[in-house]
Amino acid sequence: MKCIIIGGNIKVLGRAVHSLSRIGDELYLEPTENGVWGNRRGWELWGPQCPPLSDTHPVCPQLSLRSINSSRSAFASFLFAPLFFQRYEAGGPELFRCKVLMKSFLGVFRSLPSLEKTVEKCLILLKAQLSRLVVQLHCKYGVTKTHNLTFQECERLQAVFDTQQCASRLQAPAQLLAEAVVHFPPALAEVTLRVDAGGKISLRNYVDEGEPTKMMVTELCLAKEEFEAVAAVPDSHITFCLREFRGLLSFAEASHLPLSIYYDAPGRPVIFTLDDAVLEVNLVLATLSDPESSSQHPTSNGVSHIPAPPDDFADDLEAYMIAMETSAYEESSRDPPTPSFPLRTPQPPPSDPNEEDEEEEGGAVPGTPPHKKFRSLFFGSVLTPGGPNPAPVQEVLAEDSDGEY
Amino acid sequence: ASLDNARHLSSLLRAVHFQDHATCFATNNGLRVTVEDAKCIQANAFIQAEIFQEFAVQEQTVTFRINLSVLLDCLTIFDTSSLPGTSTALKMCYRGYGYPLMLFLEEGGVVTVCKINTQEPEDLLDFDFCSTKVVNKIILQSEGLRKAFAELDMTSEVMQITMSPDKPYFRLSTFGNAGSAHLDYSKDSDLIEAFHCNQIQTNRYKISLLKPSTKALALSCKVSIRTDAQGFLSLQYMIRNEDGQICFVEYYCCPDENITEEM
Repeated sequence: MKCIIIGGNIKVLGRAVHSLSRIGDELYLEPTENGVWGNRRGWELWGPQCPPLSDTHPVCPQLSLRSINSSRSAFASFLFAPLFFQRYEAGGPELFRCKVLMKSFLGVFRSLPSLEKTVEKCLILLKAQLSRLVVQLHCKYGVTKTHNLTFQECERLQAVFDTQQCASRLQAPAQLLAEAVVHFPPALAEVTLRVDAGGKISLRNYVDEGEPTKMMVTELCLAKEEFEAVAAVPDSHITFCLREFRGLLSFAEASHLPLSIYYDAPGRPVIFTLDDAVLEVNLVLATLSDPESSSQHPTSNGVSHIPAPPDDFADDLEAYMIAMETSAYEESSRDPPTPSFPLRTPQPPPSDPNEEDEEEEGGAVPGTPPHKKFRSLFFGSVLTPGGPNPAPVQEVLAEDSDGEY
Repeated sequence: ASLDNARHLSSLLRAVHFQDHATCFATNNGLRVTVEDAKCIQANAFIQAEIFQEFAVQEQTVTFRINLSVLLDCLTIFDTSSLPGTSTALKMCYRGYGYPLMLFLEEGGVVTVCKINTQEPEDLLDFDFCSTKVVNKIILQSEGLRKAFAELDMTSEVMQITMSPDKPYFRLSTFGNAGSAHLDYSKDSDLIEAFHCNQIQTNRYKISLLKPSTKALALSCKVSIRTDAQGFLSLQYMIRNEDGQICFVEYYCCPDENITEEM
């Protein structure tokens, strides 16, 4: 994989990396060759057999940078179209994907002002034989900075989400939301976005069960006119974590792109998107589910869970998190890093024995978390073509319309 | 010795202040303050007699060891560093062996008198770095190196300096946890004022020893980087003070002996 970025786009890339650094500790780089540009209507999970290319699917090499947080409740991806680059070669018969330490990659792009002022060209090159990802910045005055970063091979990181199936959508200039969010204390964890029955849109900090009278509550109402589009279900609300959202917001503000928010019922992920000719950004955050609806078993479009755990399963968030971590770390090129929360449609569970082993090893699968906790996002994992597992089963959140899976 | 603006002295001393103690040498030419560490690195600050309004030395050389941290605290006692236009006037006296160093500092009519005990001067390393033994020499504008030094990967134990008549000409490398990083300067770069490389040399230096030199780099307008046949490094910083006068600070460093194979 080799790509060259010049001019103002270098700063855009730098800002994207800064945004991703607010999400997770690892940056996943994925060059793709067979992408269908702009396919937001259902990210398809690609199994070992890629859908055959037809005339309507031109070969369209792209580069995506992704990150996910440790609790798997936030996922961000930045997808760069070929036009973003001066030159882009996905390269090689086998698509190589890797992940690098976020800290290392961020270190290359740490100073945004100096990126803008001194860097003229940025070259990213994957040297598989040497196990190095080379990021080279060509700067003014004949100075060249070369970073040879170590990387790890990894599985494809793909969150499953479909904006088409979200009941509500809002679109606003990023500035509006940035200015709104500024009023909340930096330490604030969760915020609730609400559209009431009358169409009034507000942002309010989420107050945990505690003494409501002792906490400071901030509520901000936003005028409907300030939004570019409002297609929200009346009397709907969604609660999500502000921290990861702020990272995207600063990118959005700087890029002057309108931000779209897609959400559905509480508990279903909220999706923030930014779109322009050469860039597609998605941030998917898990949301807090309502106390009343904790036992929901949604339809095939929904988040469904393994049958509820026995009552004696304690409200043990730590064990739950550890289970997630262990399964995540069991990555190798052989086994898919199935999170301990596979998202299944209410169909017979997948029969892939390897995956089952993964989960068992990961500790007790907690099943439905206590209603207060965020539900994690569900990730399908895609094996590399030709991998040792012949027929992996994809955990599907949103089935594509052909019902291939 | 007396000096109208103590900052002329204090800022230079700060540039070499990486150890508590320093050795001072005073001759008719001026003052030299030397700081050493681990027998591997030595920094010298030179303040010529011309910088002072009054500079008189009775003997050939006067040498004493002094606590540099204390000296700096005294010199900056009025803390006028941030206020332009105001300066602290300084008068220094040293009677001789065994006597303390006397400082008289005046600012806005307030006078402070400091007496700092002196000690036996220690033996110092003599790097014996003379121009005839220099193999490679590059003179750079400090501005070009400042960011590089600030962004150095400190997880790397060493900094490797490569100087060569062919590519990569001048390269600073680190080998840290994230992988290796190389900073290359082309010999045609506008930042390079002089480029005299006769043979390719690659030397490694402990990064922790070189880090203090960033202070001198920050003050300077130009830096000369020289290496000799043994790989000893000399960094000479040209510093222009507030009145436009030129002073020099030098750092000498031994190459790192433990060279392990790197990828």
